[in-house]
Parts: sequence; structure tokens; C-alpha cells
Amino acid sequence: MDELIRSVLGDHARLHVEATAVGDDQDLYSVGLTSHASVTVMLALEDAFGVEFPDSLLNRQTFSSVSRIRAALAELGVGAGPGDSPGLATGSGGR
Amino acid sequence: MTAPADPLAAHRHALADAGLLSPAGAAGLYGRTHAFERLVAGVETTMAQAAADAGATVVRFPPVIPAWVLERTGYLQSFPDLVGVVHTFRGGDDGHRRLVERLEGGEEWAEALEASGTALCSAACHPLYSWVPPKLPPGGALWDVYGWVFRSEPSPDPARMQAFRQYEVVFVGEPDGAVAHRDRWAEWALGLTRRLGLEARSQPANDPFFGRSGRLLAASQRQLGLKYEVVCPVGPEREAAVASANYHQDHFGTAFGLQDAGGDPAHSACFGLGPERLVLALLHAHGLDPARWPAPVLHHLGC
Repeated sequence: MDELIRSVLGDHARLHVEATAVGDDQDLYSVGLTSHASVTVMLALEDAFGVEFPDSLLNRQTFSSVSRIRAALAELGVGAGPGDSPGLATGSGGR
Repeated sequence: MTAPADPLAAHRHALADAGLLSPAGAAGLYGRTHAFERLVAGVETTMAQAAADAGATVVRFPPVIPAWVLERTGYLQSFPDLVGVVHTFRGGDDGHRRLVERLEGGEEWAEALEASGTALCSAACHPLYSWVPPKLPPGGALWDVYGWVFRSEPSPDPARMQAFRQYEVVFVGEPDGAVAHRDRWAEWALGLTRRLGLEARSQPANDPFFGRSGRLLAASQRQLGLKYEVVCPVGPEREAAVASANYHQDHFGTAFGLQDAGGDPAHSACFGLGPERLVLALLHAHGLDPARWPAPVLHHLGC
């Protein structure tokens, strides 16, 4: 899942750094993500993972780091297979 | 004339009967009388004086902008439902014949027109960003922009017009200057409304961004505290923003290739006041006969 998230970020987030080099918890807004670019990222993630973010997840925090994005996607049932960390699958919604 | 039961219709009729504002044939379009325009002129003079005192440079643009400005500002992505694009006739005799046939047949004739590459002005400050020098001086620069704008939101509410004016004071320069500009003018507007006897308040706000992506943009705008509106009653049981103060971060600076004195993408902020809305607020607060308004209010407006 991480690879695809970073690929979407590389294509759409217009970061000042390589998406592959971004730390898991690094604040994407601090490396160039803008509000308008976060919309493009949101739509591209929906296409890539075949999900639709509910209104409760349409906020700034959801797209603020790779780990937050992963948690939001997990909340939507993405990557629920074995090997995924259950700790990442909860708790990001609506904050 | 008997007052209709619908409060918005009643408000429209009252404004028309008082000789101020008359519906002009389509929702959200109004003819303004001399009595109404005298009040608008008072607001304009007040704004112009404040902008001049702040050292703003005056610039005026037509109410029609190049369509590419809509692309560059991101307006099409953020507010597709509000856009107005100008279509014109570009055909020859054959096309003209078809146009007239459609017209005379009561058909949709606008289909015979083509996009002209121009659009109705979306916000008074939007034509400004391609006009300012690409390199801003230290401390940024300030502009006084005033003009007609269009929003495609036909409404029976006199306080929600499709075509109206915006008086803006715009800062372009360093981030701290932009934030200070927004806060200074939000405060100024609140002071103005108080001097004019209006019960107004300043509150965080978001723009009406379109659709699901718009919900994310609106949430971001609110979370970052970028926009404040000065809100007050503008009609019976109806509140609306009469002014707003907006910090754009580097949105326009990046889109239009503007740099601050340090070579970074310029940040901008605009303060915008709606003269029509403010006059409606005054008419609601002080009555539909301006001759009977409190003397200090009339004096302030130079009326």
C-alpha cells in the first residue's frame, strides 16, 4: 500500500522533496503540500485504491502524512489483509 | 401594492416601492436608482479614503477578464458553479441565418454562439495578479481595486445578487505582511460597521468551494483560519457577510509567478467589501428612507 501512496504523492502532491524520501510521519504540508494539491491527492488516492473518502475524512489531517493516509485508507477497508499493522487501522477519522 | 407572504419577495417589493432597487428581469439582477447609488457612492468614498490612507495604489479593470485568468486562479476547479464565460457570435451569413431561425422559432439561440476567450470578472482582485510586477518590493505592495463581478447564483434574495460590486484592498508581498493586512482590515471593517450603526460581528468563514473536493478545501481554509467575514443583518431575518478578509498564502503568488523581495513565492491577502450588501444592511438597520437616517451615519457617508 505504501508504494502506491508514495506513487500518488509523487505524481500529484507537488512536494519539494521526492515522495519516496518522505518520512512516514513527516508533515506533508511542511514539504510543500498545498490545500489545492491535497484535493488532487485525495482524488488520485480514490482512483488508485477504488475508495471514496467520506465527509468525516475530508479534512486537512487526513492527508497530512503517509501514515495518516494509510490509516484513513485502512479505515475504508484498504489493506485489511495479513501483515498490515492493526495499530495504523484506527483512530484517524474526523480529527 | 399588497405585500406578498414570501419574506424575500416582500423585501424586494419594499426596496422597489421605496425607489431604491428594482428587479431587472432575471433573478439576482437589479436596477439601482439614484437614491441607492448615492449610498453606494458614500461607501465607495469611505473605502477609497481608507485605502488611500493605507498607501494603496488605485487600479481599475473592466468587468470582463481573459478566460485564462479563471484557469490560473484555480476558480474553475474551485467554483465551477459560479463561473460566467462570455460567448459571442463568430459565424458567417449561414451561421447568422441559423441564429435568426432559432431566435424566431423560439429555440435556444445561445447554442449558435462560441466561447470568446473572455469571462465575467469572478472577483475584483483576480485581474490584478497578472498585472502586478513579478518582483515585489520589500514590505510588499498594496492595491485599491474596485469593480463589478458576476456569480452564477440566481436567487430571489436581494442580498444575493448575480452581478454586484466589490471594493478590495489587496496586499502582495511577504507572508507576515499578508497576515497583518488581513487582520488589520477585518478590524477596520468591524469598526466601520459600528460607526455606521450596524450590529456586526467578525467570524471565521470559508469560501463556497464546489463539491466533495470543495469540502476538503473549505475544511482546510477553516482549519488554517484563512478567512474572516464581517456579518450583519441585511434584511428581515437575513444575515450576510458585508465584507471579508482573506489570506491566500502563496496561492496567487505561485500561480502568477510573483516573488517577494526575498525571492520566495509572494503571499497575498485581500480585504473585500460589498457596497450593495452594506447599503442593504444600512437600509435594514436605519429604514428605507435614507433622509431619516441618524445624522452621524449620513455624515459618515457624505450624504
